Formats: sequence, C-alpha cells, structure tokens
Amino acid sequence: MAKPKEIANKPERLTGGHRLCAGCGAPINVRQIMSVCPGPAVVTVSTGCLEVSTTIYPYTAWKDSMIHSAFENAGATISGVETAYRSLKKQGRIKDDMYFVAFGGDGGTYDIGLQALSGAVERGHNFVYVCYDNGAYMNTGFQRSSATPCGAWTTTSPVGKESYGKTQNRKDLAQILVAHDIPYVATASPHNFKDLMSKAEKAFTTPGPAFLNVISPCPRGWRTPGDQTIALSREAVQSCYWPLYEVENGKYKINYKPKAEKKTPVADWMKKQGRFAHLFKPGNEAVLEDIQAYIDHKWEELLKKEECL
Amino acid sequence: MSRKAMTGNGAIALALKQVDPDVMSAYPITPQTEIAQNYAQFVADGAVKTEYIAVESEHSAMSAAIGSCAAGARTITATSSQGFALMWEMLFIAASLRLPITMPVITRALSGPINIHCDHSDSMGGRDCGWIQLYGEDAQEGYDNAIQAFRIAEHADVRLPVMTMIDGFIISGAIGPLEVLQDAQVKQFVGEFEPLHPLLDVANPVTVGAFDSLGGWYFEHKVTQNQAMARAMQVIEDVGREYGELTGRPYSHFKTHMIEDAEIVLVAIGSAAGNVKTMVDKLRAQGKKVGLLKVRTFRPFPTEQIRAALSGARVIGVMDRSDSFGAQGGPLFTEIRSAMFEAEPRPQIFNFIYGLGGRDLFPDDIEGAVALLEKAAAGEEVAQTRHYLNVREG
Repeated sequence: MAKPKEIANKPERLTGGHRLCAGCGAPINVRQIMSVCPGPAVVTVSTGCLEVSTTIYPYTAWKDSMIHSAFENAGATISGVETAYRSLKKQGRIKDDMYFVAFGGDGGTYDIGLQALSGAVERGHNFVYVCYDNGAYMNTGFQRSSATPCGAWTTTSPVGKESYGKTQNRKDLAQILVAHDIPYVATASPHNFKDLMSKAEKAFTTPGPAFLNVISPCPRGWRTPGDQTIALSREAVQSCYWPLYEVENGKYKINYKPKAEKKTPVADWMKKQGRFAHLFKPGNEAVLEDIQAYIDHKWEELLKKEECL
Repeated sequence: MSRKAMTGNGAIALALKQVDPDVMSAYPITPQTEIAQNYAQFVADGAVKTEYIAVESEHSAMSAAIGSCAAGARTITATSSQGFALMWEMLFIAASLRLPITMPVITRALSGPINIHCDHSDSMGGRDCGWIQLYGEDAQEGYDNAIQAFRIAEHADVRLPVMTMIDGFIISGAIGPLEVLQDAQVKQFVGEFEPLHPLLDVANPVTVGAFDSLGGWYFEHKVTQNQAMARAMQVIEDVGREYGELTGRPYSHFKTHMIEDAEIVLVAIGSAAGNVKTMVDKLRAQGKKVGLLKVRTFRPFPTEQIRAALSGARVIGVMDRSDSFGAQGGPLFTEIRSAMFEAEPRPQIFNFIYGLGGRDLFPDDIEGAVALLEKAAAGEEVAQTRHYLNVREG
C-alpha cells in the first residue's frame, strides 16, 4: 500500500461541497476507499444519504463516472456497467483498464438490495461492493433495518411501555457473502485507515467480486456528537461489536484481536449513543446482558472460524 | 431475403441475433422464455458477440440493462407479464435517463389469479412509463418491429427506449411464415450504436441519475421527455418507410383495411386484427360497409392521423384485450374516443373487451360486435358503451 502521505496528496475522487452531515461516516469511508482505486472507475450508489447528498442536480461531487438508478439494484446496475465494459473491451472499443464499485447503505444492502447483490456476486462480475453500514434507514429518518443492533431505538423500533427498541439481533451480512464463496470478503472501520485502505486495495485488485462491510457512524441516527465518529468506530471494534476480519478465498483472518483486558464492554460503547439511552434506565439489565452475550458468542464463533478455516 | 417457418419468439430471437447488440440481460418467463434461451444458445455457439447476463430477476434485468446502456453498450432484454410488472419501477427510470434500450414484450395476462395466456394487461398497464410502444400482429411484424426499434430508439431526435409487442402463445408459440433479411442487411439498416455521454468515457466522466428534487429541474426534464416522445412520431414513420424500401413491407403508425367508404370501423391491436380482417372481408361480401384500423404505434399515440383516418366512420367499435378497472373503457378505447372528440361529425364509439387470460375470440364474437354497431348505425339506442365478448354469465 502507498504511504499515507502519498495517498493524502492524491487528487480527491469525492470532492468537498457535498451535503452529507458533519461527522457522517460515509464520505470518510468513500474517500479512503476511492483513494486506493488503481485506475478510472465507474461508481454506482443505491438510493440513500450518500447518493442524494453527493449528486444534487446540476452538481456532482464524483470525479469518476457515477450512476444511480434506484434503491434495491446497485448489484444489478454495476453488473450491467461491468458487462458493457467487458463487451466493449473485447471488441477493442475501449482501451483503458477500469474498475467498478457499488456503494450501498445497510438498507440498500442487507434488506432491499440483498437479492441484486447476491445475483451479482454469484455471476462473478469483477467489481467491489461496499456497504457503508450505519445501522438503520437514516436517509428517511432512522427506521430499523436488518443491520440495526438489538436494543436500538429507531422510529420503527420505537421505545415504549411494551418495547425496549429493536428486539432482534443484526443480520450477519459478511457471512452471507462468505457463503457465496467469492474471492474476497472483509469488514473494516474508518478509524483504522491503514486496514481499510489495504482491504480496499485488495478488493479492487482481486479478480471477481469483492465485498467490504464498513461501519459508518451516523451522528443523527445514533444520537451522537459529530466529532465522535472515529472514536465510536474504534470502540465498536474494541468491544468486538464490529470485528475486523477478512476472508480471502475462504481463508479467515482476524485483523485485530483485542487482548482480554482491552476488550471493552459493549455497554460502554452503547452508553455514548442516544439511541441506546433507554437501556440504561433500571429494568433493562437483562437486555444489556443478552446483548453482551450475543457479541461474545459471535466473537468466539469468529475465533473458531479463523482457527478452523 | 429468405423465407422461413418460425415461431413468433424464434423470429424475434433471430432479429436480435442479426442486430447482434453488445449486451443482453434477461430472465426467463412464460411465454418469453424461448427468446431468453435461444439467445443464450447463440452466445454459447459463438454466433454473436453479445455478452449475456443471466440475471436473477426482471427487476435486475432492467437495472442491468440501464447500467449497460448508460455505460455505452447497445443493450436489449425481453419479458412478459409478471416480469414486466416486476421491472415496472425501472421502466420509468430507463425512459427518464433517455436510454435507447429495446425490449420485445410477449404479452400475457397479469396475476391474479395466475394465468399464463395472452392479453395486453402487462404492456397496456405500462403504457405511461415513457417507452415507445409498437404492437405487431404476427411473427413477421414482431421481427420487423424488433429491428426497427433500434433505429427509432437510438435516433438523435428520440433517445427513448422502445418495446415491441407480440401476443403471447397465439403468435409467440405458433409457427408462421417469415421473410428474413440477410444478416448484413440488418446490420447495415441498424448501423453502429453511438452512445451519448457514456459512463465508460474515461476522459469525460459523467454523473447519471442525479438527485433532481425540489429546487431542481425535474419538471423541465419531464417536459423534454415528452417532447422527445412527440418527435418520435415522425421518426417512427421515416424508419418504417425506409424499412419498406428495404423489404417491401413499409410501416407506419397503423394500417387500414376497407375503411375508405366504411360506415362501421373496428379498431384492433395485436393478433386479433387478423381475425377482424377476415371477418371484414366476409361481411363486405354480404354488402356491409365495414372496415378495420389496426393500431401499431400506441405510444406516442398518433391522434391526428387516426382521427383523419376514422373521420368517415359513423360508428366505431374499439377492441381491447385488456380492461381498465373503474375507467370509462379499455386503454385503446379511451385513446380513440378522446382522439375522436374533435371529429366533426363525431362518430358513436363502443368498446369491446375480449380475450382476457387467453380467452378465444371467435368469428361469431366479431359478427356479434358488428351487429351491435349496425344497430347503433341504424339509429337504435344501444344502452352500454362497454361490452364483453365471449364471456360467460355470472
């Protein structure tokens, strides 16, 4: 990977002037990922915050070609673009080597776009899919998705006399992609830019489909201050809520293993976010215990996978 | 030119093969499946240069077609019925992005209840999604329209997607005679595809499908989209004329049969036009002044031309192969009656809904319809505007 200084001096591929919120994780992730894209790219973005805020007609923040058409079809759209490229390249009508990347939020990836993504990776198109996971439908004003963590308040998993917020655990999307037996699957976080960028570079240069799931704090939906995005990303990893790992041709590698004393309780991370505030009122101790138990179970499971696979 | 015996689907697959586009994305659905699988075989045999995307749904078929066409590749797909309904959202987006995708639609009833046979619920339901719509009567017209669609869609004055319809099973699955052009003739007729602002132009990156909301230009974009649709009217005629010079089969927006002195005119679309034509000849032999107008272009709707062609008729019977729930009549009926509102004198117009879910249209049904129109022509009161042919009582 190039040195940080070299990367910092590269021209921006997502320019400033876009209208994402202060502290939004999405543009931080996009800029880090695009900075290591080895050549000209075509980007597709599913409907959501990133799309509406970076392409307000007649302006665009994208320096590469970009196409948005709908919410549930980033996988299918990039399949079409990549196939057109292969067709025209084979015919000698295009000379350049180009790269193809799709960005979707968790709503557009875990939920409504899962079929199109599954189809695209099964067909083996040569592209990178990046899910910027902020854990809810933030663009429409904080509705629960299958990526929303258990216990979180959203407007469709509200807190009330009979409810402590979302009662289900998150869908394990990276594992679904691993089950497709694609060449490269990884999770990443913007606080560890070196890890994120080396994974993005691998994803771009791996022939065939590659998938990155990147945590992307949302100050509005998480009810957190805008200057805590990177700190919250770090703590998500330290608590093992968001383990950093990669699966290369079926081989697991955990990129960060907190030592026992450094592995922070997930409640510490949750306490800093307004979406979990209700859980810290008396009477919810059992819910917090269940959440911690689930995080620990998933972490243990991952350690075993790394050992065995 | 050579003469072959082919199914409607076979004819269309052959037309697409002769054009040999850059990309096809397709998903199988009855009765379109033969096109998807024939084309996959052409690819497997190396008979075409096309890259084939065997997508996992019709929504993805149209989404991939949009990505591919916007990238700069000549792109096709094909569908029917539920597949058409599933790609609904993307049909509007393909048209609004001004992407010249072409798509044969093998018309079939829409669920529910599920029914795999022919009617026009699918394509007629999508009449306002911004695509040009050309309807064919038989395999030959399906073949001819599929070829012309590229020239119309890609014309600089138009730049809109085109769907070409044939009737499911009745035409798609039946073997009929087909005049086939040489591959080189087809290639020369459609010419090279010249994309506008393609995504793959590295020197000129472009953002496609930007956010165009309040404070944007959405309204203006819709108006210009409709202006392109209006310009397509002339382009469809010009391409149809040129195609006629090549093949001896000129095309326009509609075809008429015996309407010059006709008091009663039946308007039909799709394969039923052939049945009606046969009956017109039979009734003419009995001295009845009956004629037929067969609609080819439904979007854009050739209002002035049809009004002029029907100006001599006293009574018009419009045959619809789809119903429109809660509306004044079927889609073709409401267009024709609206077109004739400004005719002087204004004819009486009735609607005959037939063939839903593949129900047969018999000669007796057409004769019955004409008998009803004759009553109206004779000045008798006909209570209802909308009538159903060959439908069982309650």
